[in-house]
Amino acid sequence: MASERETDDVSGVETTGHEWDGIRELDNPLPRWWLWTWYGTIAFAVVYMILMPAWPGLHGYTKGLLGQSDRAKVTSDLAALDVHRGAGAAMIRKASLAQIESDPQLQAYAQQVGQSVFGDNCATCHGIGGTGGKGYPNLRDDVWLWGGTLEDIQHTITVGIRADHPQTRTSQMPAFGRDQLLEPAAISDLTEYVVKLSGRPADAGAVARAAPVYASQCVACHGADGRGMPSVGAPNLTDSEWLYGSDRVAIRGQIFAGTGGVMPTWGNRLSPETIKALSVYVHANAGGQ
Amino acid sequence: MPTLIDNTHPKPEARTTVSAAARAKGKGDARGGLYKPREPIYPKLVSGRWRTIKWALLIVTLAIYYITPWIRWARPGDLPQQAVLVDFAGRRFYFFDIQLWPQEVYIFTGLLVIAALALFLVTALFGRLWCGYACPQTVWTDLFIVVERLFEGDRNARMRLDAQPLSFDKAWRKTGKHLTWLGIAFGTGGAWIFYFHDAPTLIRTFWIGQGAMTAYVSCALLTATTYVFAGWMREQVCTYMCPWPRIQGAMLDEHSLQVAYLRDRGEPRGAHKKGQSWEGRGDCIDCQQCVVVCPMGIDIRDGSQLECINCGLCVDACDDILGRLGRPTGLIAYDTDSAVAARACGQKAVYRPIRPRTIYYALALVLVSGLTLWGLITRPLADVHVIRDRNPIFVRMHDGAVRDGYTLKIANRTFEDRQFEVAFAGLDGARLSQPGRPAGSSVSILVPADEVVAARVFVTVPPDADRPHSLPGRFIVRSGEIQSDAKTVFLSGAANPK
Repeated sequence: MASERETDDVSGVETTGHEWDGIRELDNPLPRWWLWTWYGTIAFAVVYMILMPAWPGLHGYTKGLLGQSDRAKVTSDLAALDVHRGAGAAMIRKASLAQIESDPQLQAYAQQVGQSVFGDNCATCHGIGGTGGKGYPNLRDDVWLWGGTLEDIQHTITVGIRADHPQTRTSQMPAFGRDQLLEPAAISDLTEYVVKLSGRPADAGAVARAAPVYASQCVACHGADGRGMPSVGAPNLTDSEWLYGSDRVAIRGQIFAGTGGVMPTWGNRLSPETIKALSVYVHANAGGQ
Repeated sequence: MPTLIDNTHPKPEARTTVSAAARAKGKGDARGGLYKPREPIYPKLVSGRWRTIKWALLIVTLAIYYITPWIRWARPGDLPQQAVLVDFAGRRFYFFDIQLWPQEVYIFTGLLVIAALALFLVTALFGRLWCGYACPQTVWTDLFIVVERLFEGDRNARMRLDAQPLSFDKAWRKTGKHLTWLGIAFGTGGAWIFYFHDAPTLIRTFWIGQGAMTAYVSCALLTATTYVFAGWMREQVCTYMCPWPRIQGAMLDEHSLQVAYLRDRGEPRGAHKKGQSWEGRGDCIDCQQCVVVCPMGIDIRDGSQLECINCGLCVDACDDILGRLGRPTGLIAYDTDSAVAARACGQKAVYRPIRPRTIYYALALVLVSGLTLWGLITRPLADVHVIRDRNPIFVRMHDGAVRDGYTLKIANRTFEDRQFEVAFAGLDGARLSQPGRPAGSSVSILVPADEVVAARVFVTVPPDADRPHSLPGRFIVRSGEIQSDAKTVFLSGAANPK
């Protein structure tokens, strides 16, 4: 490829001696500003190494004259974020729950805070979308064991359910089978009675046999018509929402063992403002009440 | 097509094979070795038609650049009162009565495509007119040369001054020039930042040190580039840094008008004494005026070349000399390569502005301009986007009713607060509700002027065992005559277990 170097006729410039398909490469010098730009980048690198952390060593890295530290920056950014959030927390603190929900801006703020807090703390049991699961209440529908008003929700979150807070919400469904309070046959009859309460077809004979048992054992909490009592956390047995399952096996199991879930006392871990925002988030995304 | 490169005047050193020794020596010779210093160019002041047009364009373009940010424009409410403003913080672009949102960035895409196509068309028709007349590099370089002339005089005086040893006279002239350059460069960078922030506010906060860091950095950056590019590098930017000379080369052809030396008229060239006959010789008297006025430092008589920015100053210089000689002007003129070649062969030159290339460029330009304008005119004043809840995709209520959750993003592009009525079409008996508000057949959402509101809206339908799992629906958002809608689906899962 390399042939004799010669001077190009047209430009009067010496060629490099390289030739491709009859095209010869001219040996034009690079412009000098290229060189100076290159020197400039070297100078920049040297200055940068002096000013900024650059070289790793046995006992740590060179710190640089500017004292730049990403870790320190994150710490100060987080502190600044706390100050920034303080303004929002102050607004939440001053407003009532109803005011927060009815003011579009405050509600949007509470929804943002609530969503992230919910994801960190509540989603483990209630699911990211708040729809719960077997044994974990669905927070998106309009069925509430302990009441679904803003204040009810705030109180439930603050004190927890069957937790160790002195005012915790607690209710006890007796384990009628396990504790031998009722005969197995009576539990079977009662199962049919509950199925009938929820508006589904059931064995008429069993329902008739169970009626006095229901009246003596269950009415105190679930009510004569089976609609429950939110003040004591007794579920409504006539709707289509079943915390522990809607089929006969599940209902019978619940009468037999009387399971009850536990929710921690969030008042110990979350600030009152956070609980307020969380309450609005849960209420705003739920139905009814 | 005949070759356009004329070898009738070979350079003296041509066709010499260089020995290795000479090659080694050649590295350190006048060419500057591996790296070549900028060869100073001392463009001489010229007057004439093209120079006048350049002066006019220089004044007009600089005036547009410096004055535009100071034009006030009344807008309602808290909106900026600046006619042209790129408001990054508020994510809006204001251009007189037009206000663009980030979603309408396609308008900018359209403008960029229009600018590119316009450049293609102009280049195909008239060569590198952009480079010679309108390019900021050309305009500011021209301005800097004016300053240079002010302090150091015209070409000859400048060359003399540079050859002199340092003296008080030389020192103050050079210092004055550079300080003025820096002042203009600072003014350039300073004007730039006014496009991004309210100018009267910024000019005050800038001086008392309370402007945004980006303002200082942008200003410093543009000051530095203006000073270095227009003061020191000049034609080096065009020749080595700018991609346009290469790209524009692809849009030119032999029918494009370019500054050309009409060798058919000029050659053979040579000195001419007064009273001598013009018979048997060309009109070029080799006076070098076309060379000394060239801001790119080239000799146009060598043919069209990459460095040429088509500015026409050599045309003015040559016409001036020809006029004094009493010869017809136009020895250097805007002409086409095909015309030059045709005359060389004794044929009649034909100018062909309408060619497939120019037709394509013009059609594409009309098409894209039309589309952009159409997009601008028909953009809706209100806009609604629907984000439906994915978790849960639906919620069943205690009575079997099904509720879907949606987040509506409603944009109000008008300059007044608007109450939007939101309805859901496609479902019988659908009830709409918002957190903390009673349900109804529609909900009302207030969207402040020039803002986007994200609103949670729930759609609830009574139990119906026959309803399909998925139904197409549509949110309709209306305020007065302004209406927008967005498609979505209503999901209700499996039939009610009851």
